[in-house]
Amino acid sequence: MEHMPARSDALQIRSPAGAVRRLRDNFTIVLFLLPAMILFALFVIYPIFQSIYYSLFDWKGFGPAVDFVGLENFINILSDKVFLMALRNGLFIILFSLVIQLPLSLALAVLVGRDLPGRVIFRTIFFLPYVLSEVITAIMWLFLYNPDPERGFINAVLVLFPGAEAQPWLGNTDTVLLALFVVLTWKYFGFHMLLYLTGLQNIPTEIEEAGRIDGASSIQNFFYITLPLLGSTIRTSVYLSVLGSIQQFILVWIMTKGGPVNASETLATYMYRFGFVRFQLGYGSAVAIYMFLICLTFSLIYLRLTRQPDYLTGI
Amino acid sequence: MEASQPLLRWRSRRLLSRSLQYLILSVVVVLVFMPIVILIFGALKTRGEFITHPYTPPIPPVWDNLKAILENPNYSFWQMMRNSLLVMLAATSGVVLICSLAAFAFARMEFRYKHLAFSVFTLGLMFPINIAILPVYFVLRQMNLIDNLWGVILVQIAFQLSGNIMILRGFFTAIPSELQDSAYIDGCTAFDFFWRILLPLARPALAAVAALTMIVSWNDLLVPLIVINSDKLWTLQLGTMQFQGQYGQDLALVSAFVALSAVPTVIFYLFAERQIVSGLTAGAIKG
Repeated sequence: MEHMPARSDALQIRSPAGAVRRLRDNFTIVLFLLPAMILFALFVIYPIFQSIYYSLFDWKGFGPAVDFVGLENFINILSDKVFLMALRNGLFIILFSLVIQLPLSLALAVLVGRDLPGRVIFRTIFFLPYVLSEVITAIMWLFLYNPDPERGFINAVLVLFPGAEAQPWLGNTDTVLLALFVVLTWKYFGFHMLLYLTGLQNIPTEIEEAGRIDGASSIQNFFYITLPLLGSTIRTSVYLSVLGSIQQFILVWIMTKGGPVNASETLATYMYRFGFVRFQLGYGSAVAIYMFLICLTFSLIYLRLTRQPDYLTGI
Repeated sequence: MEASQPLLRWRSRRLLSRSLQYLILSVVVVLVFMPIVILIFGALKTRGEFITHPYTPPIPPVWDNLKAILENPNYSFWQMMRNSLLVMLAATSGVVLICSLAAFAFARMEFRYKHLAFSVFTLGLMFPINIAILPVYFVLRQMNLIDNLWGVILVQIAFQLSGNIMILRGFFTAIPSELQDSAYIDGCTAFDFFWRILLPLARPALAAVAALTMIVSWNDLLVPLIVINSDKLWTLQLGTMQFQGQYGQDLALVSAFVALSAVPTVIFYLFAERQIVSGLTAGAIKG
C-alpha cells in the first residue's frame, strides 16, 4: 500500500501518460469521498458555522436575522439560573453514571464472566433495554412511576414496607433526577456491560490463573490483574458515558419536559425549549455552541490525559 | 479418598459461588423485565381493568386493544410502520454505501490532506445530533426539506457517517494489501477492486454497520420530531409519542400501541444480535 503512490509519482515525472494516470487517480479518490463529504459538509459542518452566525443575533426565525446583538446571547445564557441548573444536572448525571452505573455494569460483566453456563442468554437479556427506543422506555417508566400506589407499580411495592410512603417520583424536585437516573441506568447498563465483557474476553485466562497459583485471592486478582488490564475498555466506557450524559434529551423530554420547575432540565432540553418552543433561535444557537464547546473541550482534554489518541477513532 | 478432600471443598465452594452468581443475575433479569412485563400486562386489559388493576397479570387476557390498533385505520399503525421502514431502509443503504466508499479511500489510498480530511470527519463525533438539532433545522428549512421524509433520511445518514467510516476503515485496513496490489496488476481499477473484492470480503463488517444503523434509524425520534409535521408522514416512534399524548386517558390502549411498536425491534434484535454487538464493540474498542 505504501509503495504504490511512490511508483505512480515516479511515472508522473517520466511520462505524460503518468500525469494522466495520476489525475485519474485523484479523480477516483474524489469520487470515493464525494458523497460523504457533501452530506457531512451540508448537515454537520455548515450548520456549525451558520449557528455561530445566528448566535450573534436576536432572531425569532422569521425573515433574515437583522437584530445584531454581538455576544449578548452568550452572556445572558451564563447568567440564566436555568442554564446553570441544566449544567448542574448534567454533572449530577455524569457523576452518578461514573460512580454507580459503570461499576455496576462492570460487576455484572465479571459475574457473567467468560465461562458461566448461560452467559449468552444473560447478555441478550441485559442488552435488550439498549435496543428498545427511548420513546418506549420513557412511556413504560412513566407508568411505573405513577404517584398513585393503586396505579404505579413502584409505589405499590414501596407501600408494602412499613413506614414508607408513596412518592411522586417525577413530580418532586428532590427525587426527579434520581428517578431519571434509574431509567438511564436501566437502559444503558447493558451497553457498558457489553463493552466490559468484550474487554474481559481479550484478557488471557493464563494471567489470572498465574495470579491464583501465586496465592492471590479472587478480590486481589480482580483489583491487581483484571482491572488494570481492562484499563483501555474502562476509559472508553467512561468517555462514552460522559458524552452521552451531556446530551440526554428524549427520555427527559417525554418523562418530565425538564420539570418540575426546571429540576430535571438538561442542556439539550434547555436548547430545545428556546429553539423549538419559544422560537428564540439566536439564543438557542448560542446554547448549541456552548454544548458543542463543552463536548469538544472535554474530548480534547480527556484524550490528552488518557494518552490514547485512537479513542478518537472509537465511538 | 483423603486426597480428594481439597477437591471436594473446592467443588462445594465453586457450587456456592455459582449459585450466588445465578441468584444475583436472576435479580437483574427480573429488574430488566419488570417494565416490559407490566407494559404487556397492561396491553392485554380493558380500559376499566387497567384503571382498577393496572399492573396485575391479565386474567383472562383481552386481545381487543391489540386487534384495534392493528385493524383500525384511524390509529394508522401500518402507515407509521411503512414510513419507518422506508426511512430505515433508505438511511441504512445510504450509510453502508457512502461510508464504505469513504472508508475505502481512507484505508487504501494515499492523497494529500488525508489526515486533515479524516480529522474533520472525527469532529462529527463531538457534534452529535442531539446537540446539532437546532442548527440542522435551519439548514433543512433553507433546503425545503421540512415535512419531507428525505429530510429525515439525509440527516440520519449525515450523523451516522463519522462513526461508521471509522468502523469500516478499521476493517478495510485489516484486509491484506497484497490482494490489492495483485488486483491492480491484473488490471483492476480501484473501483473494481472495491466493488468486486473488498466489499464481498468485508461482508461481516458491512452487516454489523447495517444492523447498527437500522436500530439507530428505527429508534430515532428527535429528527422526525423536528422535521415532520403532517401525520401521514409520522414514523412509528413519532406516532407512539403522539399516540400517548392523544389517547393518554386510555392507558390500556397506549400500552397496546407501545407494546406493538416494540415488537419489530425485539424481533430484529433477536435475529441480528451478533451483528449489532460486533458493530458496537468494533466501534468502541477496536476503532
